[in-house]
Amino acid sequence: MMPNLPMQAVPPDWPGGYWWHWLFFSILLIAFVVIMVMGAIWIERRGMGRMQSRLGPNRTGPFGLLQPVADAIKVLLKENIVPDSADKLVHWLAPVIAFAPVMMIFAVVPFQNGALLADLNIGILYVVAVSSVATLGVFMAGWGSSNKYSLLGAMRNVAAVVSYEMPLVLAIVGVVLVAGSLSMNDIVLAQDIPFILLQPLGFLLFFTAGCAEINRSPFDLMEADSELVAGFHTEYSGMKFAMFYLVEYAEAIAISAIITTLFLGGWRGPVLPPWLWFIVKIFIVFFFMVWTRTTLPRVRIDQLMALAWKFLFPLALINLFITAIQVLVWPDALPWGLIIVNIAIMVILVVVWSKFFKLGWGRLEV
Amino acid sequence: MGLAAAYWIMAVVAVLAALGVVFLRNVFRAALSLVLCFITVAGLYITLSADFLAAVQILVYVGAISVLIILAVMMTREVQQGSPANRLKIPAFIVAAVVLGIMIYTVTATSWQVASAAPLAPTTVPLAGKLFSESGFILPVEIAAMLILAAILGAIVIAREK
Repeated sequence: MMPNLPMQAVPPDWPGGYWWHWLFFSILLIAFVVIMVMGAIWIERRGMGRMQSRLGPNRTGPFGLLQPVADAIKVLLKENIVPDSADKLVHWLAPVIAFAPVMMIFAVVPFQNGALLADLNIGILYVVAVSSVATLGVFMAGWGSSNKYSLLGAMRNVAAVVSYEMPLVLAIVGVVLVAGSLSMNDIVLAQDIPFILLQPLGFLLFFTAGCAEINRSPFDLMEADSELVAGFHTEYSGMKFAMFYLVEYAEAIAISAIITTLFLGGWRGPVLPPWLWFIVKIFIVFFFMVWTRTTLPRVRIDQLMALAWKFLFPLALINLFITAIQVLVWPDALPWGLIIVNIAIMVILVVVWSKFFKLGWGRLEV
Repeated sequence: MGLAAAYWIMAVVAVLAALGVVFLRNVFRAALSLVLCFITVAGLYITLSADFLAAVQILVYVGAISVLIILAVMMTREVQQGSPANRLKIPAFIVAAVVLGIMIYTVTATSWQVASAAPLAPTTVPLAGKLFSESGFILPVEIAAMLILAAILGAIVIAREK
């Protein structure tokens, strides 16, 4: 889709150069995403089962490992039903438009030093830009189905994404300030100390906003089963539903990969090979997402908006301000002091803001 | 060669998408066509080595503005048929044709100077320099931002029910 991207990180020993690099990484990334999604589904179902004192799927293959495969085959064989009054073209295109941006995010995620499809010097900006297109797919699905529940789900999704994008991006800006680069590879190379220690508040904001951005529980209002049947993909079945299911987990993997890259030191780590570190860290982050999902109840729509605008957004601004001052004046020789100061700031801010944070504090019309 | 092919593909798609915005009767599809047009323009920026601008184009226009447009479309009635009561077709066509003619005349009549220097490889740092350096444009940008903020606040005040 985008030829002539400025390429920097083609390894010099790569045979054939540009196009072979392109082909190899494209195939690798598709396989990576599909396999990781299967792993994520297994972790989610088994982990949730464990946390809820039940077994989870355990019949298909050892420990139920083949359950995602069985589910995929089942869903592929199902009939594709399109509502009679649906906008056929939009209904058909929506899963594709939702899926493509998620795949494109992985183009700039480094698996080890320089091992990525395209080391763009605008890496993280590219991620933010491309991921904002996925909303469009969801909206098309909601509108194209001509079903009021689908449309309501899509509307909620748009509202949430627009609101949570701001704390998300502001948290990223903090990391960019510390690293001094937008390139994902350079950000990883800058992390002699993982940025989760230097930017604890930023990490917290990014994790929360990221979970909301990809509609994971406790922010999964857009597909709240009890209110909206299944949200924007109510009218989807068969392969198209599978696409949306894939998008949901691919997004979770993408956010985990970005958190790993920005805050957890990416592929860096002792002993194990870099790509293995990377995958292990992705699964750790994803496990935390599963954990929050099973622990916290779903929020209401007004709580969702209030959390974004009254809690995350001011904290993200303060975080950016403090980070900018620290980058300017803090001496480089004292990183450990900075870590302690930043963690203290995070604890104080979160505690104080939680005291101030009240729902329905102002007027409740609108 | 590859660059020229990419340019022509995106130019043709951009023009077709722009025509689609005007001629499609279904307002929602017209909005989607506009999104396609925005994306191809971002692609054109990439062929011109303006990578930062391309990402911002996708982020702002495709990610934000188009979603706003689609939300506004939701508020209108008769999404499927467009607005049949509209009688401004011919005046709109004349104005658009005149503007197009003036622009084509200007583009063809100007003798464009092509710089012989190679394009800047990472455009982010020079852009930041233009914005934040001593003689940068930070003040106009900030004033524009304040203006937009004031406009938004004004719109909210006007639109809010007492």
